[in-house]
Amino acid sequence: MPDSMKPRDAGDAHEATLGERLAARGVSRRAFLKFASALASMMALPPSMGLVMAQAMAQAKRPSVLWFPFQECTGCTESITRSHTPTIEGMIFDMISLDYHETLMAAAGHQSEAAREQAMKDNAGKYLLLVDGSVATGLDGAYSTIGGQTNLSWLTEAAKGAAAIIAVGTCASFGGIPKANPNPTGARAVSDVIKDKPIVNIPGCPPIPVVLTGVLAHFLTFGSLPELDALGRPKAFFGDTIHDRCYRRPFYDQGLFAKTFDDEGARNGWCLYELGCKGPVTYNACATVKWNAGTSFPIQSGHGCLGCSEPDFWDKGSFYKALPVGQWGSAATLGGAAAVGVAVGAAAAYAARRRQDKIAKGD
Amino acid sequence: MSAQAQRIVVDPVTRIEGHLRIEADTDPGGTITRASSSGTMVRGIEIILRGRDPRDAWAFAQRICGVCTLVHGIASVRAVENALKYEIPPNAQLIRNLMIAAQYVHDHVMHFYHLHALDWVDVVAALKADPKATSELAQSISKYAKSSPGYFSDVQQRVKKFVEGGQLGIFANGYWGHPAYKLPPEANLMAVAHYLEALAWQRDVVQIHTIFGGKNPHPNFLVGGAPSAISTQVQHGGAASGFRGGESGTALNVVGLQRIQNIINSMQNFVDQVYVPDTLAIAGFYKDWGAIGEGLGNFLTYGDFPDKSMFDIKSFKIPRGVILNRDLSKVHEVDLDAEDQIQEFVAHSWYDYSGGKEMGLHPYAGETTLNYTGPKPPYEHLDVEQSYSWLKSPRWKGNAVEVGPLARMLMLVATGNPEAKGLVDMTLKHLDVPVQALFSTLGRTAARTLETKLIADWMQGWYNQLVANIKAGDVRTFNETLWDPTTWPKEAKGAGFTEAPRGGLAHWIVIRDGKIANYQAVVPSTWNAGPRDPKGQDGAYEAALKGTRLAEVTQPLEILRTIHSFDPCIACAVHVAGPNGEDLVQVKVN
Repeated sequence: MPDSMKPRDAGDAHEATLGERLAARGVSRRAFLKFASALASMMALPPSMGLVMAQAMAQAKRPSVLWFPFQECTGCTESITRSHTPTIEGMIFDMISLDYHETLMAAAGHQSEAAREQAMKDNAGKYLLLVDGSVATGLDGAYSTIGGQTNLSWLTEAAKGAAAIIAVGTCASFGGIPKANPNPTGARAVSDVIKDKPIVNIPGCPPIPVVLTGVLAHFLTFGSLPELDALGRPKAFFGDTIHDRCYRRPFYDQGLFAKTFDDEGARNGWCLYELGCKGPVTYNACATVKWNAGTSFPIQSGHGCLGCSEPDFWDKGSFYKALPVGQWGSAATLGGAAAVGVAVGAAAAYAARRRQDKIAKGD
Repeated sequence: MSAQAQRIVVDPVTRIEGHLRIEADTDPGGTITRASSSGTMVRGIEIILRGRDPRDAWAFAQRICGVCTLVHGIASVRAVENALKYEIPPNAQLIRNLMIAAQYVHDHVMHFYHLHALDWVDVVAALKADPKATSELAQSISKYAKSSPGYFSDVQQRVKKFVEGGQLGIFANGYWGHPAYKLPPEANLMAVAHYLEALAWQRDVVQIHTIFGGKNPHPNFLVGGAPSAISTQVQHGGAASGFRGGESGTALNVVGLQRIQNIINSMQNFVDQVYVPDTLAIAGFYKDWGAIGEGLGNFLTYGDFPDKSMFDIKSFKIPRGVILNRDLSKVHEVDLDAEDQIQEFVAHSWYDYSGGKEMGLHPYAGETTLNYTGPKPPYEHLDVEQSYSWLKSPRWKGNAVEVGPLARMLMLVATGNPEAKGLVDMTLKHLDVPVQALFSTLGRTAARTLETKLIADWMQGWYNQLVANIKAGDVRTFNETLWDPTTWPKEAKGAGFTEAPRGGLAHWIVIRDGKIANYQAVVPSTWNAGPRDPKGQDGAYEAALKGTRLAEVTQPLEILRTIHSFDPCIACAVHVAGPNGEDLVQVKVN
């Protein structure tokens, strides 16, 4: 093996900064500033922060990132490969040093183990630890192993040297589908196992890629994590319900509902509330950021929101059963009449706001 | 070189989906005498499914896997529809065909470039390439536009700066410089360039799923049809609607349809101009792999891509059947409901059966007791004489079979499909290899490329039909007649199946009183990656590795080549089911 492709010892060579790398690739300062401003805006930071972020990122060494896959389906990884801003290859080449990622890395077996251990040693105290999948705790963790070791032991060991942990997806954030009733393997969230490190939860099944890239950019810029709510989610992306920001919301307010999946209402984009949409109780950015470069999101493609970024959404009743209005704060019953629709809509918005305020306060 | 017999362990096997471990016994010459394939993660999704609304099942089942992200959703809605004799409208069938096909093209291209290529392509050697010679090579095999010396020079500079920066990330510790890498530097550079191109291409073409299913990964499905209502009318803005002028009700509107057409074009162009020529070019340097990794020689397909109805098996574009002992002259019939055909065994799996570990069970009667008897972690080796995997061992009439692209291409050829036969003949002639070379690691990888070409071309026909239906005024996408569970029989059971990119996939469901009484998935990677059965017959991976010689036992690149040629998906492969109503699951939960 050529020496140039062996893992580098810490600090033995000049490391190009992000700014130098981008300049070498012909990315103009202006283009980079535009990217940083867009991220800042998406994260609800003041406009001036775009410049700060651009300057900070341009000077940063690429931080070491280790991504551990536990009880997962690789959907979270697939989602990140669909990231448009920045792209996955842009991230790997210019933003982070992805030192462990089983789906993408060239090395396997003993060589991948060596790469993981080397990265943890070289970057002790500084690396970001990303986890997708829940942590099996049943049978002392024997339900999920890599290299003959339990996920549980990997997590507790790697957490010690991590600057912070990012739980990618609903499984790592809240336990997700492995934890769904009756939770056969004792699946737990990362935050159930690790108590002494900052943890960001990026729920979603899978999460929207820009939420992860936004958090990474924030970390690169400020050396800290963005503002989180009481469930550990970045407020910038999880501050509103899907329903609050849904383009079909005016129909809800008018009491215009699709009654089945291909009736006139469905084709005209009327509200999917009666078909089981969980948008009113789901905090995520699908309705604003949308999916796959703004192409669509579940409601725009005719299916109600499953609520996939909420804790224990798998156990909250059928995806096709309309939410009981009382569940989110109003005694009004739903009807087709516009007046009722407006009343329910107002109550819904109010209740949702109150709930997020409560979450924010940690009540 | 090793001077003694030893056990080689590869864990994790990377560049796959999920958690796979290979333990390979080698003789003093480094040749594999026995391989053991182990899935090392379990979640228990089928236990979780019990008692739920069958209409919800697709969402749970889909989370079996996020790579082949729609196949379990499809198999699940089809299982419910099969149980209820529930037909879906023609548009919904066409939408599903397009979504399945889009998954193939996306998944196979990503497999080739991002999961498999680094087994054949030496990234470091690409730095020595002459960009001008690389350009000449690229232009000699394809008319793909990005092929100038400047383009390849830019890619090379980008990789060079990355390497010189010292932070190697995902490229650290690869088997670079291994003697089994045979490509000239220029072919390496071309492949590295296309690795990056394919990453950019893939994130755009998944938008077919986004338009029909709202997002990717994990697009939405619907029992009884497709969720995406067709919105042909442009809405007008104003206080009475939620729309700005010119917008329409759903993503499946005239703009969405045109976008789908553009994506089909983009898929066909990339397959024709990049994926097929690259496969042929790279394969030309690895013809010896046409005689390595042969495996079982038995192949199974369930069939897929119906013309109108899933109940009309004869209309499938990909036919159903079994081929035994490489004999393409005889296609055996497969019946998913016959209790003596498809059975699962647990003799070497971490499960118990109430009737004993030696017996086999048809999926309708499938039962599972998780019973981990492996070594306590951390461990060095598994006891492969006993149970050693979370995967079961599925068998067809007692035969171990291989599923996947090679099985499908062979089935198409065996049943006389002229397009498939033309592609296979062209490939064998181009590579100047005998027909036996199909039964190999090389054959498996080439078959994946060839079926991608077939399916990408079929997409246009389904798209044209969908547009013609809409033009004729048929905008139905959902059949409401059996949506309400009160219309269902007290008990029903059915098998839903699809040809997933990695091979035949089927879900078996038992519905009682409107709820799931039993649910079982037998998936491609269980057929391929499962452990030995009670008779000691190897699974497909195990059989394919046997007899392979490792040039360097400390760098078992050859194991990765053959295992990756199957495109493992281990989260899919590990699954558990419970028997009707009984709680056989003996799990200590903290």
